[in-house]
Amino acid sequence: MNIENKLLKLSSLEGLVLKLNQDGKQVFAPVKKDNIVNFAPVSAFHEMTQDYIVTARSAKFVVFPRVETILEMQFSKDNITLKDKDLSSIPDAVLLGTRPCDAAGFKVLTSIFEGDYIDNIYVTRLKKTTIISISCNNYDAKCFCTSVNVHPGGTAGSDILLTRIDNDNFLAEIVTEKGKEIVNKFDTLFDIAPDVNKDSLVANVPVEFDLSAILGKIYPRFESDIWVEQSLRCIGCGTCAYVCPTCGCFDIQDVSDGHNGQRKRSWDSCGFDLFTLHSSGHNPRNTQSKRWRQRILHKFVYVPEQDNILGCVGCGRCSRACSVDMNLKEHLINLIGELTK
Amino acid sequence: MNEQNIYMPYLMRIETVRDEAPFVKTFRLKFINEEILNRFTFKTGQFGEYSAIGEGESTFCIASSPTLKGYIECTFRQTGKVTNALAMKGEDDVIGFRGPYGNFFPIHEWKNKNLLFIAGGIALPPLRSVIWNCLDLRNDYKDVTIIYGAKTVDELIYKHELKTWDERSDVKLVTTVDPGNETPEWKGKIGFVPTVLDEVAPSSENTVAIVCGPPIMIKYTFPVLEKLGFTSENIFTTLENRMKCGFGKCGRCNVGKVFVCKDGPVFTYKQLKELPQEY
Repeated sequence: MNIENKLLKLSSLEGLVLKLNQDGKQVFAPVKKDNIVNFAPVSAFHEMTQDYIVTARSAKFVVFPRVETILEMQFSKDNITLKDKDLSSIPDAVLLGTRPCDAAGFKVLTSIFEGDYIDNIYVTRLKKTTIISISCNNYDAKCFCTSVNVHPGGTAGSDILLTRIDNDNFLAEIVTEKGKEIVNKFDTLFDIAPDVNKDSLVANVPVEFDLSAILGKIYPRFESDIWVEQSLRCIGCGTCAYVCPTCGCFDIQDVSDGHNGQRKRSWDSCGFDLFTLHSSGHNPRNTQSKRWRQRILHKFVYVPEQDNILGCVGCGRCSRACSVDMNLKEHLINLIGELTK
Repeated sequence: MNEQNIYMPYLMRIETVRDEAPFVKTFRLKFINEEILNRFTFKTGQFGEYSAIGEGESTFCIASSPTLKGYIECTFRQTGKVTNALAMKGEDDVIGFRGPYGNFFPIHEWKNKNLLFIAGGIALPPLRSVIWNCLDLRNDYKDVTIIYGAKTVDELIYKHELKTWDERSDVKLVTTVDPGNETPEWKGKIGFVPTVLDEVAPSSENTVAIVCGPPIMIKYTFPVLEKLGFTSENIFTTLENRMKCGFGKCGRCNVGKVFVCKDGPVFTYKQLKELPQEY
């Protein structure tokens, strides 16, 4: 659909959050707790903070929970019954205050969970989630969205994109039918949009490297020493994957007490040794450098080739969360330097 | 497969359990649901996710031939939580199965050729499926040679079938065990699989080689095959990296750009040469 513009007053957001909650939707927004900002359920707009570049952890858990029951089982004396996931029990949700990079991240996850085998659990959760993003008017040294084709005012992945016009007003771009439903339902909260130049309202995040120069050159350097050099200090904690908006790799485990059980899908990370360990003890990615190479190649080579979408949105969360200060932006710049020598 | 939930297994009843070797068992499995029993088909080389429900899933090939209807078989070694739980199961017990997944051996492209099967240890099951599939279409193929080795005599699996193949005049079977592990009554060869292959030296003329074994065996077998004159597109193997989903989502079984679960598990040596050593 064509994007439709509206005006949303800051004061109307209080009413919107209230009404969305009353409408039975679970609203998630950035909440500051112990000085760390993360998405959490809110019942009123004032619980949301506006003091954040991006949240510490991504918003992906709303659509792709950290641990999710994918089917249930019951055991009786001589019988096993499998119970399918009840997709209708998945609640309607609204993500408020995601950044354009967060919203773009869902596009990457969707490319993984759709395809030949459609993961209906993910697809249903995404369908039931309305994403109301807020454009960035600020950025920090770890941000590099514009270097990976994401824009601080980009609408990709959002249902509604809000851009701050001044202290009291947002430009609301209605991107999808799902966004339009919200506007139609609560139309008294929205006004006619003023004529504004959106580009002048969003942060001017500099392009710091040219990925197109190297995308075709990374894979042939599979055996390069650069992977070892870059990952010498990596401790394999997997935090980068847990905060990442596009990491979709998962594990499947059963939990059972002998009478009832659940099969659960949970986040996993290519940074872990166990991720690829064979039962024989052989491990194809037996060193941290091989696992680091997998992380970079998956995002910048494999996902783009398979799904025609870059697997990184430049939010910089992995760099902010890394306990040994591995900086993805710097590593990519270093990689480009090496590969274009 | 449940159309709604790609993770939902079929329930299968264990018809028979056979001990193959220490800690290695074969299950004959039958779909409980009649409709699925009648509808289910697979091609040789494909694999599945087998579950000890309540404990988890493990990845094994389908070890029986698609020419056999009404049941499938899997052979596994006890190595962890799931395989130990499976090993506790007996006849009439119920387990879960998802599949079939992955690609398959192009056996119809091998018509009128000689077939050379080379397997090591617990890697015989995927080849056993192809061997029986081809033996059931025996007139389609010329000479059939099987070279199979294990660490010890005890660890050779499918002992009953080895005997059957040995007795067939239209199959040449060579078995071997690692040096030092032969028993007094052992009549087969003594030596590692690549060495025995070199010694047997089958002709590469109009022949395809199908190899499956531990990574170290594969690594030393390919050069011997090349020395014997096999071209890399006439050498087939099946890989098995650690897997969880079986359909290209969980993210761990890739070898460089290819997913073993979706693009494999069957590859030619030619394809493997273009891939990094991530298996």
